[in-house]
Amino acid sequence: MKKDRFSVIGQSLPKIDAWAKVVGETKFADDLLMSRMAHGKLLRSPHPHALIKRIDTTRARALPGVYAVITGQDLPRVKFGILPVSQDEEALCVEKVRMVGDAVAAVAAVDEETAERATLLIEVEYEPLRPLMSIEDSLAHPEVRIHEYGDRPNVHKAVALQFGDVEAAFASADLVREDVFFFEGNTHLPMEQHSAVAQWGADGKLTLWSSTQTPHYVHRLLAKILDVPQAHIRVVAAPVGGGFGGKLDPFAHEIAACKLSQLSGRPVKITLTREEVFYVHRGRHPVLMWIKTGFRKDGAITGMHFRSWLDGGAYGSYGVASTFYTGALQTVTYQIPVYKFEGARVFTNKPPCGPKRGHGTPQPRFAMECQIDKAAEQLGLDPADMRRRNLAEPFVKTANHLTVTTIGLGECIDRVVEASGWRQKRGALPPGKGIGIACSSYLTGAGTAIYWNDMPHSGVVVRADRSGLVAVLCGATDIGQGSDSILAYLVAEVLGIEPKDIRVHPADTDLTPVDLGSYSSRVTLMAGNAAIQAAERLRGKIFDAVARKLETTPDRLVASDRRVFVDGDPDRGVDFAQAVVLAESMFGVLAFPGSYAPPKRAGKYKGGGVGPSPCYSYSACVVEV
Amino acid sequence: MKTLLALRINGEDRDVLAAPHKTLLEVLREDLNLTGTKHGCELGECGTCTVLVDGLPVLSCLALPIECQGREIRTVEGMAQGGELHPLQQAFAELGAAQCGYCTPGILLTAEALLEEVPTPTRDEIKQALAGNLCRCTGYTKILDAVELAALRIKGART
Repeated sequence: MKKDRFSVIGQSLPKIDAWAKVVGETKFADDLLMSRMAHGKLLRSPHPHALIKRIDTTRARALPGVYAVITGQDLPRVKFGILPVSQDEEALCVEKVRMVGDAVAAVAAVDEETAERATLLIEVEYEPLRPLMSIEDSLAHPEVRIHEYGDRPNVHKAVALQFGDVEAAFASADLVREDVFFFEGNTHLPMEQHSAVAQWGADGKLTLWSSTQTPHYVHRLLAKILDVPQAHIRVVAAPVGGGFGGKLDPFAHEIAACKLSQLSGRPVKITLTREEVFYVHRGRHPVLMWIKTGFRKDGAITGMHFRSWLDGGAYGSYGVASTFYTGALQTVTYQIPVYKFEGARVFTNKPPCGPKRGHGTPQPRFAMECQIDKAAEQLGLDPADMRRRNLAEPFVKTANHLTVTTIGLGECIDRVVEASGWRQKRGALPPGKGIGIACSSYLTGAGTAIYWNDMPHSGVVVRADRSGLVAVLCGATDIGQGSDSILAYLVAEVLGIEPKDIRVHPADTDLTPVDLGSYSSRVTLMAGNAAIQAAERLRGKIFDAVARKLETTPDRLVASDRRVFVDGDPDRGVDFAQAVVLAESMFGVLAFPGSYAPPKRAGKYKGGGVGPSPCYSYSACVVEV
Repeated sequence: MKTLLALRINGEDRDVLAAPHKTLLEVLREDLNLTGTKHGCELGECGTCTVLVDGLPVLSCLALPIECQGREIRTVEGMAQGGELHPLQQAFAELGAAQCGYCTPGILLTAEALLEEVPTPTRDEIKQALAGNLCRCTGYTKILDAVELAALRIKGART
């Protein structure tokens, strides 16, 4: 936008969905009620690792009020997973369960209570296997295999990358430190439990409403899982009551709801209990880390060798990406000219880990920042100054081929040092008190999609008509981060109208152009740029039409204050709605697309797709305890 | 076996036929279609399902409607009066105190009960009152700011 001043952007405005949220109008997935709707329940394994010998659903089927009962035998026998390289999940396990909470059967009934009672009538005979509950356990028992695939027994993925000669880098250092850290895993705990409503229509077409951060990926995978053409499936993401990376995979309850709807001829809702949300998990991996780093006297890093072992849990999920991410972003904060990384993700009989906030990068960041502090102390350097002096350079490729564009980390450090009183407090606090600093960085959207392709990562359609209405259609999902609002603000800014004049229609695969989903801090940048492009195309046509009416040229017009007028002569113009009428009269229907794809910067090595981003965000924090 | 429950909700008498073991949360959402009240754990731990019963915050996932007969139940749908938002609702919207919005109804009602009892609470009193309501998006700061702003506005309107 070629504007000197913004009228919407930069203002502190209420989110456009705030009003509905404060009065209880917002319809989250579990708030959807439909005529004849049945309620579904999943039966889950009580064993962490067991063979399924027999499932008998006879008694459940006979219970009054039960509409349908399914096991894995009722679904196409295909395994799936969010990443093309890890197709290892089943909605309902057929031969084997790999964790407590694996689903083995599902019921649809007149109400939730009846459905639950029916699941208790399903008889499942298990043959328990030895459970492997830790990284060490799984590596020590290769004879007990959780999956039949992987780089080694119970090793989902082992990766090794080397950029330069680390041994030479250590030889040239004044101080070489080796440290071991362990990051305990954690879970997202969104306040909203996952919920999905499926309706398999009489026309053979399926609609799924779900609390998902990625309706597009769910759409894609449902086609494979259910063996139905993708064009016959519609996925609508309801407003999401918190995601944090826990609603990024296709889940058993979504798939079971679809099949149960087909069999019962009714809409079927499945809402998870809080306990089930912990089974679904996809939380932050526990990671064991070893780092060896060479430092010069002035604190400069000569080279780093980083090893990580991830406790992946029972399934692949995003784990291959998570593994690479534990080694990807070390290089974008401080200069690390030589870098070596080895990582391994290990299967265990626990709920699968996944892409929780920061996706594999907070764990190594914790380890690395701790080690830098230790080195600073040994070298007698101020930890803040040491970091400040060794910042990664802007517009330079890192050792592992990531392109850092602008970098605001230096300013972040200056500000927290200033605001916290770091200079006065460090070393001067009484015993038992301390002050520390740490920095971090993350993507602003991943540079590659989950499945590699040449299509846009975000698409927007902006539509206007003679009523003055502007509608913004985009596949992005508002998970509380405000993506609907951002789209309204940007389009309002371009068209010179107010956010209130715009309706945003998000996340409906029938109606909205594809957006890859709400993850990796991507939506504002990617869907935002697509929205700007679409709105500018609309504004171009509006200016053409208004220019003819006013007998001037489009380049002399501005859109502001809900009007389109000659720059510097506000009286010579028309109201926005009138401008749209002029444009619709001249050009017909006004609907314009915008697309965004990030620059192709993936490194030319295996795993080079993990880490690139259009730009990186930076943060620094001082904490006194 | 269902029981006829005579409930008074948001100033309206509502008769509902429901199984006596259903929780107030379930009856509000499933039988009365008042889906503004949310559920986060259904174990009494997260505060998401908070409603007011006779002006006091109650976890509707642990309350039985049969015990609430003859008492005044208030849900988030009852906060705005005649199309006019409650000052708490206004402040939460203006200050971004509702992000995903899922914990918001429970927090609004808990805060309303606080302001009825303590019209100008200190920050610590607000924190104390909201200690049983979990929020995962905001980090709480904006929520506390919004309660303070609403308290100021209510006080201003009264004087």
